[in-house]
Amino acid sequence: MNFVTSAEEAVRGITDDSTVMIGGFGVAGQPVELIDALIDQGATGLTVVNNNAGNGDVGLARLIALGRVRKIICSFPRQSDSWHFDEKYRAGEIELEVVPQGNLAERIRAAGAGIGAFFTPTGYGTELAEGKETREIDGVHYVLEYPLRADFALTKAWTSDDVGNLTYRKTARNFGPIMAAASSHSTVQVSRRVSAGDMDPEAVATPGIYVDTVVNIPEASTKGQDS
Amino acid sequence: MSALSTTPRTSDNALDREAMARLVAEDIPAGAFVNLGIGQPTKVSNYLDPEHGVTLHTENGMLGMGPQAHDEDIDPDLINAGKIPVKETPGTSYFHHADSFAMMRGGHLDICVLGAFQVAQNGDLANWSTGAPGAIPAVGGAMDLAIGAKQTFVMMNLRSKDGTPKLVRECDFPLTGVGCVSRVYTDAAVFELADGVVHVRETFGIDAQDLARELDVDLQGPLDTEGTGNTSGAGTTTGTR
Repeated sequence: MNFVTSAEEAVRGITDDSTVMIGGFGVAGQPVELIDALIDQGATGLTVVNNNAGNGDVGLARLIALGRVRKIICSFPRQSDSWHFDEKYRAGEIELEVVPQGNLAERIRAAGAGIGAFFTPTGYGTELAEGKETREIDGVHYVLEYPLRADFALTKAWTSDDVGNLTYRKTARNFGPIMAAASSHSTVQVSRRVSAGDMDPEAVATPGIYVDTVVNIPEASTKGQDS
Repeated sequence: MSALSTTPRTSDNALDREAMARLVAEDIPAGAFVNLGIGQPTKVSNYLDPEHGVTLHTENGMLGMGPQAHDEDIDPDLINAGKIPVKETPGTSYFHHADSFAMMRGGHLDICVLGAFQVAQNGDLANWSTGAPGAIPAVGGAMDLAIGAKQTFVMMNLRSKDGTPKLVRECDFPLTGVGCVSRVYTDAAVFELADGVVHVRETFGIDAQDLARELDVDLQGPLDTEGTGNTSGAGTTTGTR
């Protein structure tokens, strides 16, 4: 685990054609500065894992608009302001894998937890399970789903201590802990850094073992500076 | 089995959206853990009695969700599954996405209330896609919500805009979940689904016999089970957890 001093440095190692998980649900937990740095960094041919497929003209939407995303794996791509994704999709310029949100989360969790595959009831009997292996266990129908791994994860946490233990704020936690664990190299932007020993060990939501690179980008505007 | 003629007509008029939301709220047992879907079901929270200690779950990672936040109360890190800013309540907890859906899939939530395009008489739910050609598929948490809770309730108008009934023998729209819906609240009636049969619990502004002529489903009178027959006592029954 190492600290770097800029978002630019934090994303320097991301390679073309790699799979990148990007945390956040809405604005909560979105690693805005890391995504902007990835846009500037230039890696292309990316497979991106996110809950959505970009909103408006910035962040992930801009990465898509620039043609840098070959494939997106998400639960809910179509939104009122997902016009860049919509355009690329209709032009056949981006591949889409739609995954029910809980299956998406569990596939990510399974990758970090070393699970080979799992049977889930979600999606059974629907078109999103077509072609997939199914099994009836104790009278319940399940669909076989495989883990989802990534080369890199870009997430946002609230506080890191010196060894990369992380805490989150409120619903900004969302995909942060599971994406950090599911990626070969996890990069986290935090809003505060504290010394080892100054974080309550009981409050650690992501132990530092899952964290490779941390960049501290304080944000004056975020509420709850006291929490 | 009970006859349709035993179904009470409890209102002279069809229910509006607010009245439907109030009715659902009255049926949620005290102490229940509940997920309210995006859109119309969200209105149910306005009618929950604070004294009943119902805990709201929002699938992006929170239990104990409070009301919508406004103005200075807005915190960009505190939103619900509809990405609307909300407030905490005393006893709130936060967790990551995989835990949140495990909580749902694992049957720990008592009730989930969802909207629908169609519900079939066997409880099949269609609410994520109209299957229109060229539409971009987007499912979000709909499939997880449909099958996760102990009971899935649907709130919808009985008829679509062109007048076609949305309670059907078999769904034409792509399914969200199989056999998962147990109760359907509509503007015209409350239906309970059990063993492939639709029981009309009560009607609003229409008689059950007229509904039977309109709907292509196997319709019967009220389920003869205690605690589900009417709304007057349901709000005070003890939760299952």
